[in-house]
Amino acid sequence: MTNPIVLDVNNLAVSFQTFEGDVKAVRGVSFQLKKGETLAIVGESGSGKSVSTKAINRLLPVKNTLIESGEILFEGKDLLQLSEKDMQKVRGNDIAMIFQDPMTSLNPTMKVGKQIAEPLIAHIGLSKEKAKARAIELMDLVGIRNPNEAYKRYPHQFSGGMRQRVMIAIALACEPKILIADEPTTALDVTIQAQILDLMNKLKKELDTSIIFITHDLGVVAQMADRVAVMYAGQIVEVGTADEIFYNPMHPYTWGLLASMPTLEVGKKQLYTIPGSPPNLLHPVKGDAFAPRNDYALGIDFVEEPDLFQVTETHYAKTWLLHPDAPSVIPPEEVRRRKEKYQTVRMGKACGERIGGGAIGSGG
Amino acid sequence: MKKYIAKRLLTAIPVLLMISIAAFIMINLAPGDPTNLYVMPDATPEQMEATRRALGLDQSYPVQYMRWLTRALRGDLGISYSTRYPVLPILVSRIGPTVALMGTTLLVSYIIAIPLGIISARKQGTWVDTLLTGGAFIGVSIPNFFLGLGLIYIFAVQLKWFPTGGMLELGGNASILSVLHHLVLPVAVLSTFYIANMTRYVRSTMIDVYGENYIRTATAKGLTKQVILTRHGIRNALIPIITIIGTDLPRLVGGAIVTEQIFQWPGLGRLTILAINQREYPMLMAITLLSAVVVLLVNLLVDMMYAVVDPRIKYD
Ligand SMILES: Nc1ncnc2c1ncn2[C@@H]1O[C@H](COP(=O)(O)OP(=O)(O)OP(=O)(O)O)[C@@H](O)[C@H]1O
Ligand SMILES: [Mg+2]
Repeated sequence: MTNPIVLDVNNLAVSFQTFEGDVKAVRGVSFQLKKGETLAIVGESGSGKSVSTKAINRLLPVKNTLIESGEILFEGKDLLQLSEKDMQKVRGNDIAMIFQDPMTSLNPTMKVGKQIAEPLIAHIGLSKEKAKARAIELMDLVGIRNPNEAYKRYPHQFSGGMRQRVMIAIALACEPKILIADEPTTALDVTIQAQILDLMNKLKKELDTSIIFITHDLGVVAQMADRVAVMYAGQIVEVGTADEIFYNPMHPYTWGLLASMPTLEVGKKQLYTIPGSPPNLLHPVKGDAFAPRNDYALGIDFVEEPDLFQVTETHYAKTWLLHPDAPSVIPPEEVRRRKEKYQTVRMGKACGERIGGGAIGSGG
Repeated sequence: MKKYIAKRLLTAIPVLLMISIAAFIMINLAPGDPTNLYVMPDATPEQMEATRRALGLDQSYPVQYMRWLTRALRGDLGISYSTRYPVLPILVSRIGPTVALMGTTLLVSYIIAIPLGIISARKQGTWVDTLLTGGAFIGVSIPNFFLGLGLIYIFAVQLKWFPTGGMLELGGNASILSVLHHLVLPVAVLSTFYIANMTRYVRSTMIDVYGENYIRTATAKGLTKQVILTRHGIRNALIPIITIIGTDLPRLVGGAIVTEQIFQWPGLGRLTILAINQREYPMLMAITLLSAVVVLLVNLLVDMMYAVVDPRIKYD
């Protein structure tokens, strides 16, 4: 991929001051987003997915958030250094967001059409009438029937799926360069979820938007992502193309995630679950945060934080298992099968085409 | 909507009936006999009996009540024992001053409290917020009579900025300015509680609203703080605030009694105290009923305001 980089996050660390002490929610996250690509961020609840992405649009609560380090480069500017006024010009205009809960994300006392028109007036400076006309076009684009009528409706008159379409229309109103979708389909039922994902994929192609897609549903990742970043305890522990993460994962945490993914295969009795629970980030982490839950943990994992090892040009993993001196281990069966498929396909094909269907019967 | 209002007004009738019965029982249960106040101290039992009969108090309670009710339904609220004037015109003459006092109080209270509450919420945790919440705490705690006497002492007796009481100057100067001048202290006393209470309420409501997801959406859209506050924040905070307005108004009826008494304000509150002291039973019944009607109407008004502010509420 030679697409230009639109967003460059470097060594971002965020902590929250709470009554119990400082919660180090994000501990040195770096990633890049290229033009037109979809980067999925996956990981368990509390791993810092939302915090890292909210930091980009500076939506974290001002009162108790401390950005400890890092820079977020967008069009040559560090977003973390912008004034609130300048940041307002970026939000919704260059970088838009969609959230998990469509039922509560819209203002219940404002007509949905007006809510879509608002960013058009604020950023593009359209007149009221032009903004209305454009809002109606947008509603049509995201698949809301009778947009002229729907413009005048209030959120409570829409279903969850329709409200999420409205949220997408709001987000795409100013044709942002980056769309951050934080679990946009988690609250929706499966068929609606599929429709929304299709819509996002369609619009992404039409508008050439880059997407950061947060989810803990690997089935959804397979459907959406070009690249995947796996987060654990406030860090990215593995990042690579979707194929690399699904078929050649290197980090034991990614193995665990894949093994615990539901499949439609016959004969599969019980789902694997990663034992234990993530560390409490109120307390400093020693060594590899995943070590206590890791069946493959080495002695050094409990002492020293692993380096980020490069696997390919696009694939990195933060595990001591990739150290040249590390003993070789045998991944779980599910992962072994995936790796075998990866090898055969790679040998069979000339160049790294998508293996596709990463989910093998999505869990979505 | 019209149907809904009609229904509400219809259901108000039995409510008012119940209130009138309860008021009648309570008034008659209260110790004291009006007859004693309207005869000479050395009156003979026969004279007492005659007066009692003249006041209609010789009948049994149910008969007295029914007689009151049938007359009231025709618009006759009875006669004031002491002045021998009909109750209704006396009552009507007192409405104006009380409405002026209450109206000004609420207007002043909300004009001050709503911005203070918003500032307090937006500056949550800063010294401004601490100052405002502290002040509001004192404001809701301080009793009206205490504050009233204190203000009279400082601003009327010592500084002589404002009159100690009354509504008009002696000599009957009834200019608006003079009335406003007399209004300052009673309004200050009465509104203290409402300013403080509403400030606290607006603050907590705004904090709740700003925690809502749609505010996050509005921020993520890149709207300015001003637009977020007016179009998304206040508009949604209004819904719970209307509830408080609905409870403020009936509460004001009680607060006005004490304040009018302290400031010799010629309104319904003072009339109430007067009527109680002189055992003016028909007057008390009329005042109670008027208050009940006002409260019921306010409740209806509040419910209709919900429908205006909140598109989710429809009464059809
Ligand atoms: N405002 C805040 N104050 C204190 N702690 C916070 C705050 N916001 C987030 N956290 C903490 O930061 C950590 C990361 O939270 P985050 O919301 O990023 O998780 P997530 O990966 O998005 O999880 P989920 O899948 O549940 O959405 C959590 O431990 C959370 O409790
Ligand atoms: Mg989250």
